Formats: sequence, C-alpha cells, structure tokens
Amino acid sequence: MSIIESILRDHPFFAELEHDDIELIAEHSTNVRFEPDTYIFRQGEPANQFYLITYGKVAIEAFSPERGPLTVLTVAEGEVLGWSWLFEPYIWHFDARTVDMTRAIAINGEKLRAQCEQNHELGYQLMRRGVHVVEQRLQAAMIQLLDLYSVQGAV
Amino acid sequence: MSTAVVDPMRSVVYEVQRIRKETSDTFTLELHSTNGSNDFPFAAGQFNMLYVFGVGEIPISISGDPSKHRSLIHTTRAVGLVTGAMRQLKRGDSIGVRGPFGSHWPVEHATGYDVVIVAGGLGLAPVRPALYHILHHREKYGNVVLLYGSRTPNDILFRREVEKWRARLDVDVHVTVDRAIHPWRGNVGVVTRMIPKAPFDPLNTVAFICGPEIMMRFTVLELQKRGVTTDKIFISMERNMKCAVGFCGHCQWGPNFVCKDGPVFDYASVKHFFEKREI
Ligand SMILES: Cc1cc2nc3c(=O)[nH]c(=O)nc-3n(C[C@H](O)[C@H](O)[C@H](O)COP(=O)(O)OP(=O)(O)OC[C@H]3O[C@@H](n4cnc5c(N)ncnc54)[C@H](O)[C@@H]3O)c2cc1C
Ligand code: FES
Repeated sequence: MSIIESILRDHPFFAELEHDDIELIAEHSTNVRFEPDTYIFRQGEPANQFYLITYGKVAIEAFSPERGPLTVLTVAEGEVLGWSWLFEPYIWHFDARTVDMTRAIAINGEKLRAQCEQNHELGYQLMRRGVHVVEQRLQAAMIQLLDLYSVQGAV
Repeated sequence: MSTAVVDPMRSVVYEVQRIRKETSDTFTLELHSTNGSNDFPFAAGQFNMLYVFGVGEIPISISGDPSKHRSLIHTTRAVGLVTGAMRQLKRGDSIGVRGPFGSHWPVEHATGYDVVIVAGGLGLAPVRPALYHILHHREKYGNVVLLYGSRTPNDILFRREVEKWRARLDVDVHVTVDRAIHPWRGNVGVVTRMIPKAPFDPLNTVAFICGPEIMMRFTVLELQKRGVTTDKIFISMERNMKCAVGFCGHCQWGPNFVCKDGPVFDYASVKHFFEKREI
C-alpha cells in the first residue's frame, strides 16, 4: 500500500470506502506543498482538484475592490479544501491562499468525476461525503452571518 | 460555595482604582473598597450588582483572579444606559457594589478531568476566573483547552493575556474570528469548528461554555458529537435582574432564578429549558 493510499484510508473524508475505491482515488492523487502566501486556486478558475490538508492553513478569500481580500474561512490540517469540483459549472467561487507553509494531498476531481459516471456507487459515496462538507460549511456560515458577538447579535 | 453576604440588598461604596480599555466598546474596572477592608472573596463565575449612582444597577460578572481578593475586577461592554455611564467613570469615582452572587464554575469537581473552556466574544470575561484557578492548580487537571471566538481580530478580549496563555506549554489555546482582513494569520470561522480537533478525552472532560446563547447551543451539540455527556457541560446564562437574591422573580428562567440558581448551570439539568424558545 502506498503512503498516499494509507493517508487517504485514515482520513475521515474517505472513512469506510471500499479498498478498491481508495486504490483508485490514490492513483489520481499527488502529494503537494505550497509556500506561505501562495494562491492554490483563484476565483473563476476551473475546479478540477480538491485537497486534503495534511499540514498548515489555507484562507478562503473573497476579493472586494474596496476592502481588498476578505477571509471568510480558514481550512487547516485534517480538513478538506474545495468542493466546487463536485458541482457544475466546476469553477472556483473563492480564492484559496496559504497562510502558512501548507502540505496536502491533491486529488484530481476531473478524473474522479469521470470514474463516478461509470461507477455510480462510488459517485454516491463521494457525493455523500462532499455534501456533508458543504452542509458543515453552510451551517458555520449561517452562524457567522448572525454576527453573534455584535451588540445586536448578542441579544 | 456561595460566599456570605452581609446585607445583600445594600451596596457598599467602592472607588475606581484603574480603568483599562480592552476593545473599542469594552473596558475593565479595578475597584477598591473605600472603608479600608480590601477583602472580597468570590468564586469563579459569580457576579456583582454594580450601581452607577444616579443611573442604575446592573449585574456584571467578576473577571479577576479569585485567589486575589484585594481588588475587584469587572469587564464590561458599553451597550446601554448603565454600562454607558459606567464607561464614563474616572479614577477616584465611586460605584456601589453588592455581591458576590450566584453559582460558580465547578472547578473543584473538574479536578482529574480534561477541561475545555469555550468562550465567545465578551464571554471570556466570566470564565477568566475559572481559567486563573485552573492555572494556579494546573497539576490537578488533565489537558486544559481554551477555544475562543471573537468577532474580528480587534475584538479579541484580554489579547496580551491570551497570547501569554498560548505561549505556555501546558494549555492549548485556539482563537478564531468570524471575519478578518490581512494581516491576520490566525483562524477564521466559528468557534464550534475547533471542537472536533481539540485535544481532550471526551469520556473524561468537563466543559465550561460562556457566550451568546446561540453560540452555546451549537457548542453543546459539537461537544455531544465528540461524546461529552450533558452532566459534564456547564453554561453561564444571562437574564435581566433586579434584586439578585431570589426575591423579585425578575430573572426567572423556567423553574430557576438565574441570580440564585445560576448564572452557571449544568447543562443536563437545564437542557429542557435551554432548548425551548422564549423562556
Ligand atoms: C449574571 C450576569 C452577568 C453579566 N456579566 C456581564 C459582564 O461581565 N460584562 C458585561 O458587559 N455584561 C454583563 N452582563 C450583561 C449586563 O448586565 C447588561 O449588558 C446590562 O445590564 C445592560 O445594561 P444597560 O443599562 O447598559 O443597557 P440597557 O439600557 O438596559 O439596554 C440597552 C440596549 O442594550 C441591550 N442589552 C441589554 N443587555 C445586553 C447584553 N447582555 N448584551 C448586549 N446587549 C444588551 C438592550 O437590549 C438594549 O437594546 C451580565 C448579565 C448577567 C445577568
Ligand atoms: S433578580 Fe430578583 S429573583 Fe433574580
């Protein structure tokens, strides 16, 4: 078993996936490293990859012409970066900039999508996991929107 | 432990000794007694009724170190009439103090356990005394974790102290903010996102939570997902108060009076009310 395969197997995102599926995903995965302040992807670019962060921290940013880059979320070790590869039009909606030196397993989402078309069980399993990440992010974003620590938010 | 109060309805006059601006709307007052008896025992989590003469009286938690009785420390956010007037106080001005009142964080019962403190916004002030106590008796506890969420980097309360705690090797301190621009290099996101990865053993953990009620509700859910049981989760509630001694019913919350039975409650016994609206 390759090191990448064992990292995938131990990651909660792939928990309980079949051995063959993990092997297949590992074939489409590479180990990547980014210096601090590097853009991993930018808004508008094709979303053909996603990342399991194994070390470091990545800021998800939206750029405002008036205020510059605004960080809406940071994604750190153990978390998944990027879900736009799962949903049409497969375009990144935000920028992802490394805050610290960051290591990750990059997974080719385009290839996985093609596999999922052939193998609907794998497609279902990945979609289920992707939706779970989206659900957690949405819930967090909704709490953030409430602005709980402002004077109005607290009462 | 509830400390005895001589006449709980009578304020004692204190003098403002020091004022520290914490953030744009939050300040800390250090008060000294005017009758020379600078001794004010309290337990972590208790509050005082502070009377700004001619304006009004409000409950404010004690945010100082319970092992230091000589000065009385309160951290307040200016949100309205009384807190606004309190912000105008100068060194040497007088203020009335009644207390201490209410229940406290169960720091003694938490010995032998990992302790996770989850605070949001101004909620760090009422739990700070518990953290002081735990750090003074560090050897009695397992892992000690502080998860703190603030609105922006500029709103981080007690920032220098938080940084000092973070520099210690025996406390895990994680701070996150809801929004940030450069050059903030820390975490961005809600405080509950830090719970899944926080280093504690759920079967042997006591959690203290203090912050806005919605934040506390989501924090409880995340702690439960990790396996912390509700009898080991403690929350601090706020309700408007008048007498602070269980007479007037102003602070009633379900069958409880927050002033007397709270403000610190174990979640298992108030779960039913906490999950209900408009109580
Ligand atoms: C047990 C207990 C402990 C407390 N500890 C602290 C503390 O350590 N530090 C602290 O700053 N406050 C604390 N509070 C809250 C504090 O008592 C209130 O903020 C205060 O009573 C407001 O009085 P005011 O006259 O300034 O505001 P008011 O003039 O009565 O209200 C003005 C506006 O502020 C809003 N408001 C009232 N209370 C709050 C609140 N809690 N948060 C945000 N907005 C509010 C009102 O809805 C209104 O819109 C505590 C409350 C309780 C019950
Ligand atoms: S404030 Fe009067 S009963 Fe609690």
